[in-house]
Amino acid sequence: MTSNAIVVEDLHKRFGDVEALAGIDLEVAEGTVFGLLGPNGAGKTTAVRVLATVLQPDGGRAEVLGYDVVRQPEAVRRRIGLAGQYAAVDPNLTGRENLRMVGLLAQLVRSRILPRAAELLERFDLTSAADRPLRTYSGGMRRRLDIAASLMQRPPVLFLDEPTTGLDITSRNELWEMIRELVNEGTTVLLTTQYLEEADRLAGRIAVVDEGRVIANDTPEALKSQLGSTVVEMDVRGNGRAHDAVRVLSVRLSDRVEQEGERIRITSERGADVLIEALRILDDQGMAPDALTVREPSLDDVFLALTGHHAEDKQEDKQPELATSKGGAA
Amino acid sequence: MSSTAVSVPATDDRDRRIPFGAARDIYAITQRNLIAYRRVPQLLVFSTIQPVIFVLMFRYVFGGAITLRGLPYPYVDFLMPGIFTQTVVFGAIATAIGLSTDVKSGLMERFHSLPMARSAVLAGRTMADLIRNVFVVVLMMVVGFLVGWRIHTNVFGLISGALLVMLFAYAMSWVFATVGLAVGDPETAQAAAFPVLAPLVFASSAFVQVESMPAWLQVFARNQPVSVTVSAVRALVNGGPTAIYVEHSLAWCIGILVVFAPIAVRLYRRAV
Ligand SMILES: Nc1ncnc2c1ncn2[C@@H]1O[C@H](COP(=O)(O)OP(=O)(O)OP(=O)(O)O)[C@@H](O)[C@H]1O
Ligand SMILES: [Mg+2]
Repeated sequence: MTSNAIVVEDLHKRFGDVEALAGIDLEVAEGTVFGLLGPNGAGKTTAVRVLATVLQPDGGRAEVLGYDVVRQPEAVRRRIGLAGQYAAVDPNLTGRENLRMVGLLAQLVRSRILPRAAELLERFDLTSAADRPLRTYSGGMRRRLDIAASLMQRPPVLFLDEPTTGLDITSRNELWEMIRELVNEGTTVLLTTQYLEEADRLAGRIAVVDEGRVIANDTPEALKSQLGSTVVEMDVRGNGRAHDAVRVLSVRLSDRVEQEGERIRITSERGADVLIEALRILDDQGMAPDALTVREPSLDDVFLALTGHHAEDKQEDKQPELATSKGGAA
Repeated sequence: MSSTAVSVPATDDRDRRIPFGAARDIYAITQRNLIAYRRVPQLLVFSTIQPVIFVLMFRYVFGGAITLRGLPYPYVDFLMPGIFTQTVVFGAIATAIGLSTDVKSGLMERFHSLPMARSAVLAGRTMADLIRNVFVVVLMMVVGFLVGWRIHTNVFGLISGALLVMLFAYAMSWVFATVGLAVGDPETAQAAAFPVLAPLVFASSAFVQVESMPAWLQVFARNQPVSVTVSAVRALVNGGPTAIYVEHSLAWCIGILVVFAPIAVRLYRRAV
């Protein structure tokens, strides 16, 4: 049994009319990556801010490495790193000056600050830009510097709020690699993301958050097994043709077939084979799709499976026209 | 469900205290703000050009039309204490702009997550603005001397006057720290500041004698903090009874600090 680096119980936070956290429970094992996955406004940033002692919760309890975030914020702050959703750096300082400032404020011994800064600049490939003001950095460089700053005090617990938003693919892959390295060194990472793929690649466990609640908390494998590995979407336009197509497909396919207006969605474990079979079935009926997409499951698909509504939908339209014909919808 | 984190909270190396840690935090923030003033010279140029223009305008354009009653010295000697004071009053807007920019940029979020002294962000910001004010006021003194300003008392009077201006500047910085944190946006802070500052600076004894104003305005113009401070500085450098004005001005400065510093600290705790 491993111990928990982060424990959250029934956490509440309200902003006026908005209930940003409506009772969140989480446990994050030491030395693992935990993914908070959710759409815009789900409450991910609010949860991270409460855990990082930036915001006071209205109710519930949260502990980081055994320290209560409300009653022992100082002890928590000495053990965490936070890279917020928007790069929190001073545009007028150089990269090195930013890291030096954070090192001072993190109460590092003075003689260790500049060596640590140089090491992080090197690690994040910013050495050549180290002595330029941040105003001259690209968005991705700022983001990297922000994450470097959060590592100044070698925090055993690291919070990354949408760390790869705005990064190009190369930087993103490098960051993923770095997160894995940190975890190998024993760091516990809690990261938020809107991308199932990112959570899947990095996290040992994922909590799906929606409207301030955890609606699923499982391993990526378990979450995805509800979803299948391939999603085929076909648009079949014209009066009632989509409905006819769904009827045939759901009789002859063993996979989950759903209809949403003129769009048909097939979720399958069988990879691209399902596409060939589906097209053959339609062809037998003299039908052909007007548009076709094959992709991996996205956050939106997780949502649809878990809640029956799309990630972007708000309360107003919680019953979209959705006809599940077969298969293991949650 | 067992749900306590198992790691035993023990004080370890991470909880060691750096001696004078709070002072070091304030130093780090002050330095960072001063670097910004050095690296974005527009900020400094902007806050020095306006008072220089005022000196030239009032000295050479309006000065001739302004008649002073019963004063034994020329208009420029009346003007300069007003210039010093109005410079630091308008300059205080920079405190609001700086803090609201930090709120907007997300830096506050980082500061709140660091084990730093809670007071450091506000103390460091107001300290940096105080240092900037020293620089700007010294510069204005040089400009003053160049256009014929003379001191009628002595060096001691000049230094006391400068210190009083600095104290007033520091108090105003806390007013604008509050404004900046309350609005959380630099443009709004700037827009909100001017309508408040303009009457304080212009309906004052900074540029003209209060006696020249309509009676209803005189009550305000005579007692408000800018006028009182200008009068105190004038007395310190030009001679005349000083005690009453200096006491009055000190009372304003302390009153402003006592009211606004706690509000600013409260707002800072909530600013993310
Ligand atoms: N400081 C605040 N004042 C008022 N409302 C807030 C504040 N912060 C967050 N909210 C609201 O709380 C809800 C949750 O916001 P939060 O930023 O935690 O979501 P998120 O999951 O991080 O979303 P995103 O993916 O867009 O970053 C939203 O409805 C948001 O409008
Ligand atoms: Mg967010």
